[in-house]
Amino acid sequence: MTRFLAWGIFLLGCLYFLLPLVGMGEFSLRMRRGEYSLDAYRVVFADPRFWDTFGYSLMLAAATIIVGIVLVVPTAYWVRLRLPQARPFVEFITLLPLVIPAIVVVFGYIRLYNTSSFLPLTGSALGTDFLLTMGYATLALPYMYRSVDTGLRTIDVATLTEAAQSLGAGWFTILGKIILPNVMVAVLSGAFLTLAIVMGEFTMAALLNRPAFGPYMQLLGANRAYEPPALAVIAFAITWGCMGLMQLVTRFAKHERAKG
Amino acid sequence: MSYLRLTHLEKTFGQNRVVKDFTLSVDKGEFISLLGPSGCGKTTVLRMVAGFETPTSGEITIDGQDVTGLKPNGRNIGMMFQAYALFPNLTVAENVAFGLKVKGVPRPEREARVAEMLTLIGLSDLGGRFPFQLSGGQQQRVALARALAPRPRVLLLDEPLSALDAKVRVSLRNEIRAIQQELGITTIFVTHDQEEAMSISDRIVVMNGGIADQVGAPFEIYNRPATRFVANFVGTLNTLDVTVQDPAAGRVSLEGQTLTLPEPLDLARGEQLSIALRPEALHLGRDHPGEAVLSATITEVHFMGSVIRLSAQMAGAKVSLDTFNRPDQPPPKPGQAVEITLSGRDAIHLQG
Amino acid sequence: MPSAPKGPRLRLPVEWLGLLPFAAFAVLFLILPTMRIVIGAFQSPDGGFTFQNFIDLNTASNRNAYWTSIRLSFMTALLGCAVGFGMAAAVVFGGLPKAIRGPLMTFSGVASNFAGVPLAFAFIATLGPVGLITVWLRSEFGINLRAMGFNLLSYWGLVITYLFFQIPLMILIITPALDGLKREWREAAAVLGATGLQYWRMVALPILFPSLLGTFALLFANAFGAVATAFALTGPQLNIVPIKLFAQIRGDVLGNPNLGYALAFGMIVITAAANFLYIWLRVRSERWLK
Repeated sequence: MTRFLAWGIFLLGCLYFLLPLVGMGEFSLRMRRGEYSLDAYRVVFADPRFWDTFGYSLMLAAATIIVGIVLVVPTAYWVRLRLPQARPFVEFITLLPLVIPAIVVVFGYIRLYNTSSFLPLTGSALGTDFLLTMGYATLALPYMYRSVDTGLRTIDVATLTEAAQSLGAGWFTILGKIILPNVMVAVLSGAFLTLAIVMGEFTMAALLNRPAFGPYMQLLGANRAYEPPALAVIAFAITWGCMGLMQLVTRFAKHERAKG
Repeated sequence: MSYLRLTHLEKTFGQNRVVKDFTLSVDKGEFISLLGPSGCGKTTVLRMVAGFETPTSGEITIDGQDVTGLKPNGRNIGMMFQAYALFPNLTVAENVAFGLKVKGVPRPEREARVAEMLTLIGLSDLGGRFPFQLSGGQQQRVALARALAPRPRVLLLDEPLSALDAKVRVSLRNEIRAIQQELGITTIFVTHDQEEAMSISDRIVVMNGGIADQVGAPFEIYNRPATRFVANFVGTLNTLDVTVQDPAAGRVSLEGQTLTLPEPLDLARGEQLSIALRPEALHLGRDHPGEAVLSATITEVHFMGSVIRLSAQMAGAKVSLDTFNRPDQPPPKPGQAVEITLSGRDAIHLQG
Repeated sequence: MPSAPKGPRLRLPVEWLGLLPFAAFAVLFLILPTMRIVIGAFQSPDGGFTFQNFIDLNTASNRNAYWTSIRLSFMTALLGCAVGFGMAAAVVFGGLPKAIRGPLMTFSGVASNFAGVPLAFAFIATLGPVGLITVWLRSEFGINLRAMGFNLLSYWGLVITYLFFQIPLMILIITPALDGLKREWREAAAVLGATGLQYWRMVALPILFPSLLGTFALLFANAFGAVATAFALTGPQLNIVPIKLFAQIRGDVLGNPNLGYALAFGMIVITAAANFLYIWLRVRSERWLK
């Protein structure tokens, strides 16, 4: 009885999740009348704006990941090593982006960093890119911090630090050569999640008026019929790829640890 | 008249026969231990009595009622688990009251019963605490009170002491036994610790590979083990090689001296056999009455307080023996030559 | 303490300097922008203090937008929690093969991040006017979804779409919590005479309550702030707060920039209220936790 119910719930759930995926897959193949074809994908891939925006978002994702690592790893490390009393405060901050909607944050950016402000970041393309990267970094912050902090929990931060210090290592060496490699798995899974978030992000990029992948998809969706589902399939593949890589590094790490 | 009866119980998981033809009758108020190494099927037997596992075949009756097909919540049984089975979201008093509450016992009666139970386990003033605020020993006492509160017909104990540290373990096991005798509740106790089983039980069931090797009082199990497995699992054994002298009289020779075994032998004169002796059947020195005195060399000395456990090399074998501590006499030292007295009538006859 | 050790007292500020980069980032890109909105909400166009923005905000259209947003977030959080819980429970307790679990968790990770524009495309391709299911139901069974009142670009259409990321998020969070329910608790309850229902009501659900509540608050905020899915699905016409704010930021549709602040401030208040409610209830329900 229980098992019957369990299977019922599970299969209904699966149906709900599979149908939209089947739907977008099927629709994306319908561009040519009367037969299935990859025409929609061909059109998408032939569009230079696709590659431009895709490349732009990829660059920003890379920048966001670097900012995230530089920001989160030393902070989480320092909190664990020297400032456990700051933990509630830091954790509260890292959870804020889950509470404050991204649209509100970016609205604040636009008003705070406009051309007539003390820091006119939105005045130049580069400045806006920087602002967008920071915005993405706040979006990724909750995931990045939790991932790295969990990673740090599994290693003995204090002992590693003392050992390195006794051998004469400075802070940069300790962070770069001791701590970072030890939490590499956590950093990488945070990085792949960041990549997934940034590649699909729409609101911040659209409101800051930058040519990112999210706004491009939206624009195409408003004007075309068959390309959007093809884009959705591509976006889904990217997300799946990011999650797959995340699992892969975690599993690889477990394997390595089991061997060592 | 047996109160709890397990008849020809069998349990198979896939290809694996975990319990084989297990039959046991337990009297009302009796304390029975299921003793054996892990994987011997003792926990499975207990879980079948509780109703968590359905026997592949066989029958379980409590007080004449067949409960084999009954769900756990219809059996009126009390159970204590290894550890951490208290409901963490309920206070001590609420935990103890749980069984009464689900039965719909009215509040005044429930509260009286909870108070009674908490007094019984000596934690009357901790009723308002949550489980995480208690020590491991206290938690298990609350678990006992919770199990007993609905007045179960049978109490099942699934290694309830194994997660506790040594001192608490001993005091709690004495407490469990005292409460069990006071209430006269029929109890089955599962353990892999032979000392625990022997100190607490009316009878012990030694299990091996899903089979009850021997059922008997602790004294019987220890001194008259039915199988080689039981003899080895319960207590320490010394085995000595002897030569048959007179099979009909049960006489054998060891290092030129004669020992008389309790039973006649089914062997020819001149044949070799092994006899087994408990450590306490070997006596240091020649003051003790015995059949034979052998010389030996002490190899190890473990001073354990009132008892000193010695290892010695004797008659080509390594033996261990126990001697009581005497303040006026320091224990022997390793390497020291000693004499050991022993008798053939203390030998344990091993079958199988 | 007459002779407190000098070392720590002198070193303390230096220790806190280690948090400087993080604090600067948080202040510049999280706290100040939010404060700007909060302050702006109470400012008149000339910079003076006023409540006028909130009074101006109080129009039927805006009230309706907030109400729709709250209902949408509440409904998707509720359904997301219920369905996600059901699926997680089916996998953890329902006797489903163990092999299902890994793929389900991976898929949940993917689906919870597959939000925004592409998700909207997927649902348009499935339940839109010429979507797979719409066409299939019409041609095979003669069921016309549209005639039956279903429209993907409506409240219920959004609910169905949002659930695609809400349910997996719930599964991801609640599965470890379900694993934390010890077998002994269920068995102890059973031998004490409790039915399965009594066990869930008196033991399991109270233990899970904080996690359920926390996830609910998270799902609520998640839906409340979502812009991209709704925007890509319906364009600017659907009257929910994030879309309205989006349009306001882009083109000042409210005719008064400070009204935008008030609109955004309202969003913060609601998500913050949901989370404070969660924290308060959690503290109350977790007396038994260390």
